[in-house]
Parts: sequence; structure tokens; C-alpha cells
Amino acid sequence: MASSTLSWPRLNQTQRRNITGYLFITPWLLGLLTFTLVPIAVVFVLGFTRYGVLDTPEWVGLRNYVRIFTDDRYFRISLVNTLYYVAISVPLHVIIGFLLALGLNAKIRGITIYRTLFYVPSIVPQVAGVLLFVWLFQPQIGLFNFLLDLVGVRGPNWLGRPEWAKPAIIIMSLWGVGGGMIIFLAGLQSIPEHLYEAAKIDGANNWNQFWTVTVPMMTPTIFFNLVMGLINSFQVFTTAYVATNGGPMNSTLFYMLYLYTTGFQDFKMGYASALAWILFFLVLVLTVLVFKSSASWVYYESGGEG
Amino acid sequence: MSTITQVKRGIAPNIAWLRRQSVRRTLGKFSLYIVLAIAAALFSIPLVWMLSTSLKTLYQQDAWPPVWIPNPLEWRNYPDAFGFLPLGRYTLNTLFITAVTMVGTFISCPLVAYAFARIRFAGREFLFMALIATIMLPQAVRLIPTYLMFDRLGWLNTYLPLIVPSFFGTPFFIFLLRQYFRTFPEDLADAARVDGLGELGILTRIFLPLAGPALAVVAIFSFQSHWNDFFGPLIYLNREQMRTLALGLYYFKAFEGTTNWGQMMAAASTMTIPVLILFALFQRHFIQGVALTGIKG
Repeated sequence: MASSTLSWPRLNQTQRRNITGYLFITPWLLGLLTFTLVPIAVVFVLGFTRYGVLDTPEWVGLRNYVRIFTDDRYFRISLVNTLYYVAISVPLHVIIGFLLALGLNAKIRGITIYRTLFYVPSIVPQVAGVLLFVWLFQPQIGLFNFLLDLVGVRGPNWLGRPEWAKPAIIIMSLWGVGGGMIIFLAGLQSIPEHLYEAAKIDGANNWNQFWTVTVPMMTPTIFFNLVMGLINSFQVFTTAYVATNGGPMNSTLFYMLYLYTTGFQDFKMGYASALAWILFFLVLVLTVLVFKSSASWVYYESGGEG
Repeated sequence: MSTITQVKRGIAPNIAWLRRQSVRRTLGKFSLYIVLAIAAALFSIPLVWMLSTSLKTLYQQDAWPPVWIPNPLEWRNYPDAFGFLPLGRYTLNTLFITAVTMVGTFISCPLVAYAFARIRFAGREFLFMALIATIMLPQAVRLIPTYLMFDRLGWLNTYLPLIVPSFFGTPFFIFLLRQYFRTFPEDLADAARVDGLGELGILTRIFLPLAGPALAVVAIFSFQSHWNDFFGPLIYLNREQMRTLALGLYYFKAFEGTTNWGQMMAAASTMTIPVLILFALFQRHFIQGVALTGIKG
């Protein structure tokens, strides 16, 4: 034990560091409390109430949840629609984004122009993009059906038919695949060249190199895009709200659309809170599962930093 | 590349030249060019079509087969779209929100990021994990309580719900800046401390001037997210003259239905072109930003 005269300045420095540190992060801490932690607690409680904004919340116990799971057609429809959307669009985004990045990683002339052409659609404002696609999908004079006509296919009434509306919304989202593609490209470019050289010395051809070097080294990036894709697709809203408003015949009634309608058009805040909590729980469980599974397929280099 | 391997397996024994590396590489490049060109055309057509339609007369819009380059150019669609809905007003509203949130972001995020990067305070690692967790948090879960809170505060139909949160820091931007600050040599801050500079001084006089690229990335991302935001304005703004461009475009479709595509595409282009110009000017930063997100986590 050092004498108090010696240890005091030391302690002071640590304390001072702590105080400065917490002062610096105060804005975020306050934000975390008011915009995240308290809301999560509140939404949980509100889920057990009947609450119409103007009146006071009335405690109804588990009634909201019982109704959601036993007697709510729209909950089931929106959940199935959302699972359909997630199950198809997330893998497509990962696969197409990865393949494009592979192609765009080649050292050929004019490659930056190609990269730009694939990336730019992903920065087009979403609502503007949706209006554009509503026009492209127009059944009689839309460009897509004209292009299909050129190859002898009669294009469907994309957004007007229940069986085509969801694929149309997925195609819309795939136009923005450039965002994920750029992340894959950054991942590809961070693979050290010497790994490929070592593989070549071992006699690996391009195909072998792809499976023994590229894919393992890219698993962290695939994992990242997969997780973010899952979380975002579960909350798909703007495309369907603007393009079809849930129709035709509820075929694009996604979970967030149903939640929005319940909370902000029917003003059933208690019921909508229960819906929000279910979505949160679902996404949480799936994210945890993907994280758990990552141990068996995501390859991290030893000595990981940051 | 895989097609080349297949070719090689099938007929290569007879054709010796195909096995030569240089020939194979040229062929590989050639097929890659073709595949990329077709895909690039598919990806580019929609945007070209947006701009092209925005300059078409009603008659040209309905033409079958479609007209690619309108003749004559119907510039009137733009003033007409601005006359149909006050898009000029909406643009100013959106710019206002975008600018103020940018100020909020630049006041709050560097402070928090600096602390996470260079001040060793108790509980830092735990809180940083919490920060990452909030990046992945589905927004849906806090939607209703925050709406009710802003309602209680009397903030509905004001820009405050869209603006105020940015002054409390955006987790993703904090994360981004923190990653960048971490690349600075450790002794940079220590040396400044020995020279008697306080932490705030180190941040504003040494770290921020060196963080140009990262700050540019944050500026661009922040601009994009507020320029494009649809959900926030949708639930918080009901008064017509307060609408943002994204909301305006939505009502354009809701009211106009599907009659005048030229005007609708003019409105869509109005919202898109500023983003494209920004991209043309700061292309490097857009791309860098993605690399910065530090996939390694």
C-alpha cells in the first residue's frame, strides 16, 4: 500500500478520466435512455393495454396477444408475407451482391464505370425509386412489359395481381443491391494477395482458389450483409406502402404496414405495441440464431483487432 | 471464369492454344465484359427511363414501342410538377431538416466517438457493445413510445421529432468516427496531453482536422438518410405546407394516380438529381464510407 500522498494523484487521474469520458458520451447516453431504453420498456407495458391515444391506457392483460395469435387474420397474412419477402429477398441480395462484386473486382479496363453503374441505383431516394418502378411495371405501356414483349413473353400486371405483387416488390429492392455489393467489394479487396499466391504455389486453379481462399475470407462480410439484410427486410415498409399500400388483396401487406395501420390509422396503440414487441422478439431470436450459427461457418483471422 | 474451365475440360486436349494462359485470360476477360455489360444495362435502364420520361409529352409517354429520347424535349413537366404540388416549398423544408440534423450530428457524434476511441473510462467496453446493439435494433420497437412522447410534448406537426434526436448522436455515425479515430497513433493524444491540451482541445485541434475523410462520409450518409427519410415525416407531419420531398412525392402518386407519368418522373427526378450530383462530386467518399464501416466489426 502506497502512502496516501502518493496514491491520491493517481486515483484523481482515473477519476478525472472517468468524469471526462462520461461527460463526452452524455449526449448519447441521454439519447439511449430517452429514445431506446425507456421506449422498449414502455412498448412492453403498452402491449398489455387497450390504448387509443386520446383516452388513458386500460390494462387488458394478455388479451392483445391472445387475439393476435388466435383471432387476427391480418397478423397471419402480414407475417406470412413478410417471411416470404425475407426468405427470398435476403438470399438474393447476398448472392447477387456477391457475384457482382466478384465480377467487379477484376482488373479490367473501365471497371470503375461499371462499379458506378451498379452502385448508383442504390443511392436513388427510395420514394423516387418506387414511383419509377410503378411506371416501369405499368402493365400496358410500361417498359418492362415492352422488353419482355421483345423476347416474346407477355408480361403480367405486376402490381395489380396478388401473385405478382410480391415478386415485383422484391425486384424493386434488388435494384438497390449495389449497396451490399460495395461492401462485398471492399471485403474482396481486403483479402491479402499472398494467400492467393500461396494457393497457386500449391497448384490450386481459379476454382479451387475461390473455394479455399475467397469464400472463407469473405464469410465475415457475408455474415454482416446477412444480419443487416435480415433486420432491414423484416421491416420492409416504404416500397409496399407507396407502390401498392398493401394490396392487391393484401398480398403486400407486410408486418410493418399492418403495424402502421393499426397504430397510426386505427389508433390502437396498445395492440400495435404488442405487434411491435412480437416483431422485436422475432428479429432478436433470428439474429441470435444467425450469430450462434456463425461459429461454425464464419472464419475469423486470428489476432482479431477492433 | 468457370465457363473457361468447363471449355478446357471438354475440348482443351485437342486445342493446345486454349491452354495457354494468355489466351485463356483474354477469353475470360471478354466473357466477363459481356456479362457485366448486359447486367449494367439492366441496372441503368430504370434511371435513364426516369429522366427520359420526365421530358416527354403525354403523347410520347403512351407511345408503343416506347420512345427512348424524347423529341421535342418537354421541359414543361418540371414547372408543371412544381405547380401541381408546392415541390419548391417541400425542397426547402427537406433542406432545412437535412441541414439542422447535420449540425446536430457534428456536435454530438465526434464527442462520443472520441471518448469511445481515446478516453479510457470505466465501463467503456460494455457501453460500446450497447452502442453496437442499438445499431442493429429494429426501429419498429421504439416507434410507438417515441411517437407518444413527442405527442405529449406537443411536437407533432413540428420538425422537432425529426431534428432533435440527431443532437443526441447517431449510433452508426459514432461507430464510424470511432473506428477512424482508432487508426490514429496512440501517442498522438498522449503527446498532446503532455503538452497540457485538454481532451476537448485534442478532439477539436488535432483529431477533427485529421478526420476529414471520415467526417465527409458522415456528412454524406447523414444528408442521404434525412433527404430520403419517408417514415418519420409520414407519422410526424400532417400539415400540407410542412411536407418533405419524400412525402410530397408520395402524395403526388396518391392524388395524381397514374395519369401523367412525365410530371411524376419530373418530380422523382427533382428528388434524385441532387443526390446524383452529390455522388458525382464526392464519389470517393461514398465508396470509402463503406470500407470504413469496418466489416470486421
